[in-house]
Amino acid sequence: MSEEIEKNKVALPEPGSLVLSTSPHVQDGDSIARIMVKVLICLLPAIAASVWFFRFDAVRILVYCASFCIFAEYGWTLATRQAPTVNDYSAVVTGVILALNLPPGAPWWLCFVGSVFAIIIVKELFGGLGQNPFNPAAAARVALLVGFAGPMTRWAPPATGSLISGATPLGAIHAAQGSADAMAQLGCNENLMKLFLGNVGGSIGETSALAILIGGVGLMAFRLIKWQIPLAMIGTIFVFTGIVHLAAPGLTPSPVYHILSGGVMIGAFFMATDMVTSPITPLGALVFGVVIGLLTCVIRIWGAYPEGVSFSIVIANALVPLIDRMCYIRPFGWHSHSASALQIRRGEIK
Amino acid sequence: MLITILVSAGVVAAVGLLLGALIGFTAKKFEVQTDPKIEAVQALLPGANCGGCGYAGCADFAGAIVTKDADPSGCSACSDAMLAKIAEVTGKAAGKKEKMTAVVFCSGSFSRSEKAADYNGVLDCRSASIVAGGGGKACRFGCLGYGSCARACPFGAIEIRDGLAVVHPELCRACGKCVNVCPRKLIRLVPASAQVHVYCNSLEKPAKRRKLCKIPCLACKKCIRTDENHMQMQGGLVRVNYSNPPAPSFVEQVKCPTGALQVEELHRKLEPFKPAAPAPKAAPAAPKKEESK
Amino acid sequence: MNIPIKTWHFHGGVHPADGKALSNSVPAQRAPLLDRYTVAIQQNIGAPPKPVVAKGDAVKKGQLIAEPGGFVSAPVHAPTSGTVGDIVEVPGANGGAIQAIEIISDGKDEWGSGLEPIPNWKNTDREVLKKRIAEAGIVGMGGAAFPTHVKLSPPPEKVIDTLILNGAECEPYLTADHRLMLERTEAVLEGAAIAAKILRVDRVFLGIEENKPDAIAALNGKAKDYGVTVVPLHVRYPQGGEKQLIYALTGRSVATGGLPMDVGCVVQNVGSCAAIRDAVVEGHPLIERYTTVTGTPVANPGTWILRLGTTVEQALTFAGGVKSRAAKVIMGGPMMGFAQTSLGVTITKNSSGILLLQWQETSGYTSNPCIRCGRCVRACPMKLLPGPVSVMVESEHYDEAEKNYVMDCMECGVCTYVCPAKRPLVQHFRRAKAEINAKRRAAKAKQA
Repeated sequence: MSEEIEKNKVALPEPGSLVLSTSPHVQDGDSIARIMVKVLICLLPAIAASVWFFRFDAVRILVYCASFCIFAEYGWTLATRQAPTVNDYSAVVTGVILALNLPPGAPWWLCFVGSVFAIIIVKELFGGLGQNPFNPAAAARVALLVGFAGPMTRWAPPATGSLISGATPLGAIHAAQGSADAMAQLGCNENLMKLFLGNVGGSIGETSALAILIGGVGLMAFRLIKWQIPLAMIGTIFVFTGIVHLAAPGLTPSPVYHILSGGVMIGAFFMATDMVTSPITPLGALVFGVVIGLLTCVIRIWGAYPEGVSFSIVIANALVPLIDRMCYIRPFGWHSHSASALQIRRGEIK
Repeated sequence: MLITILVSAGVVAAVGLLLGALIGFTAKKFEVQTDPKIEAVQALLPGANCGGCGYAGCADFAGAIVTKDADPSGCSACSDAMLAKIAEVTGKAAGKKEKMTAVVFCSGSFSRSEKAADYNGVLDCRSASIVAGGGGKACRFGCLGYGSCARACPFGAIEIRDGLAVVHPELCRACGKCVNVCPRKLIRLVPASAQVHVYCNSLEKPAKRRKLCKIPCLACKKCIRTDENHMQMQGGLVRVNYSNPPAPSFVEQVKCPTGALQVEELHRKLEPFKPAAPAPKAAPAAPKKEESK
Repeated sequence: MNIPIKTWHFHGGVHPADGKALSNSVPAQRAPLLDRYTVAIQQNIGAPPKPVVAKGDAVKKGQLIAEPGGFVSAPVHAPTSGTVGDIVEVPGANGGAIQAIEIISDGKDEWGSGLEPIPNWKNTDREVLKKRIAEAGIVGMGGAAFPTHVKLSPPPEKVIDTLILNGAECEPYLTADHRLMLERTEAVLEGAAIAAKILRVDRVFLGIEENKPDAIAALNGKAKDYGVTVVPLHVRYPQGGEKQLIYALTGRSVATGGLPMDVGCVVQNVGSCAAIRDAVVEGHPLIERYTTVTGTPVANPGTWILRLGTTVEQALTFAGGVKSRAAKVIMGGPMMGFAQTSLGVTITKNSSGILLLQWQETSGYTSNPCIRCGRCVRACPMKLLPGPVSVMVESEHYDEAEKNYVMDCMECGVCTYVCPAKRPLVQHFRRAKAEINAKRRAAKAKQA
């Protein structure tokens, strides 16, 4: 005889209370906020170095930029009657990176203008997170450099140690230009060590290559960035400046000097690798890095500005859709000779 | 100094005048000759480019009216007055056209219908209908409520109230975009003069319909029996006879057991979902004279 | 015979939390006989079968109750002896309602399939064996439900040299194939040998993920007797996907839009192999299958031998019901299964599992924008661009999506699993495919 199912003894899920969605029904634990927090953790060494070298100025600028960015984003979502988006922490990250790009003498209103520009004009006006074509921090730095060149170049000597001259490492290149000996003196090991540790003038976050490198290794370990970008960018700068330095030693210092000075390290690891504004394919990322590297070298060696990283990043951001189209990937199983009726060659729709 | 300013201003002004004259000359010389009638007709058309006429926008339709003898009444968004004006311009008679409107044949707002599950996914009706089970409501013939039709309407005539799409006939121009978008084929274009409709699309067994929605059509055919000229069965669904629609008083006459047969104006006013307002406090009872003990 | 020296890894993929420990060490239990079974009529891809019984007819276990509706179709048989009831509507696993034949059990459970056992299949004609497989209603039991006799009849211009048995079971939580390979090892291998005879191939590979060492050992013990080579595979979802499996075992890649037979391979699920053996050697048509009933809310998760027509409600009752609140009831695995709204869904030939998930474990989709992090691109086994294509679908640019190969998407769900913005990518791609197919149909109708 068949058994009777005693329904009242067994608890069953209630229909009407279940959740309906398409597959997959599980996801891994990461979220946008978590990614941003991990990026902030990788920025901690650079933040620590900035505070070590620039003391209160660094703290002041970091707090201003982060706060202004958060308020700008919150204010915008309030004014446009959208749900608040500040809890994905992207505004904080933009604020911190922008702060690390400002000189220690930056006044509070410079931070304000930069933050508002970065968040509202570069990010929110284009549609918010994920829709902006330009890196907010890089574009804001460019805008401040062009609009407020004076306050943006108020370099103060660091609290500890002494400087070669009263200028920043890139500024010192101009002084030494024309003389191969002066360039070689500039690129001596003692100076390189100072550059590596951060015992030099410059923006509060870009001076210590060591701190940024630690953060960069963290980014790659957390798999947050495409490693092709910093590799291509730093590699291109190294090779290009190396060739120029060998050909004309009085024109530009050694490649190691170039990599360790200015915004190359922070640009390579934290700014060019911004997910939203970099290409999505691995080959595209490589090409992107090379383009930034080339533009940086050209601006630094022959351009009017001493630093070219931010300009290069913004220009390369404009090229990203083109790079993505050119560096496409073919799907698995795509054969050029396949005669399958269902297979479409790129650009060809029947 | 002054001379420099004057000379610079003079040069710029002269260059400006020269270029202006050049542009003006080219504009006249290379002007594209268009029939002034086409421009006049185009100005009279609504300009929404909804495509309801079947042509690629109002400019294309204006060209077709003048050159190819297209019937201006093909524009479902035009009023009769406009059609008359177009007829004046073209010199050809404009066809007479009955004003149509779109109707969503469903009464199942969130508060009136059974929930099958909590839907989590893309908030679009066509995407939701692809998920196994199709959206959160239990009735698989009813309105999903995620607003694909409202977004498709170029005139903003559809409102989603409490998860039910409702058409505002005064704004609807019967272009037909909503009809194509709805994955459940709930929307039809009907004559705007009909004010009474049967707002249900279910083909379930009548006994089951009660469990899925509070206002289903049970196909009891009471309305058909009341007056066969106004109501009819169409493919398993009870529908108003749109060649001879009934007046709003018909609804009171029939006394539909569920309320699926409803006047359009009242159907539109379905209450949006609100938690029930607390009952007004009863007036305090008149103080009783206490008997002293 | 060539034995692959190394198995190739496919692009991307992901390793979700396994969940198999809930049910992989418990032996499969046979479900008790029920009073009533509602056997779905259409349990295959292709033409729907046609019922051949009427209400009140007496049927025996294994008797034909619906005959094939065409060549690409499979018959349906009674899961037990008894009387035929009404033709009812039951919820389908893919949503909507499907027709089912009600069988009221008489409690005797007597066989009467009318198919004679063929123990001496080694000396039997291939066509006879193929006909038996068609008569037994065997379909792809891994989920596709494609009629097996059609798969074993490739057109003559496609030269087949390899038979691949899919024992990968890469979906988390599912252990039905695992228990089957462990408990009915010889049945699986014998069925594979029968299929190999029909296809006239010498190369037979059984791909199985390395997380099933006991099954690998059991199979290795007997595989040589049946001419099968057992190949352990990397544990990575979707290793069991047809194209990925073929690539891992043979290094050949199936062209986009193509089929395994284009590269000389035929892939069969191990459950289908066991069913082939039962049909040929015992004369038993397909009326039951190994199904995993599992999930943290389930009281006693495990593997059950369920007859077709058992409802999910009954299966959950066998497993002791739920001990905590279930947020989702899924037919299949968590990566590609279908969430259900009703417990009246019935077990069909391709129901590999019933999975319940708690609220914290289940996915929560949002309408966040794509942040172009590129994780989906790294993870896609078909090397597509899930993030950008989903943005195209959201803005309704289906032509652009088609140019970016959205029709090649196999909906495995890996992109959606890794997306940090919690976007419902698979739903976007299904929508795109539906719109593109509708457009293609309209274009075809216009031409005609």
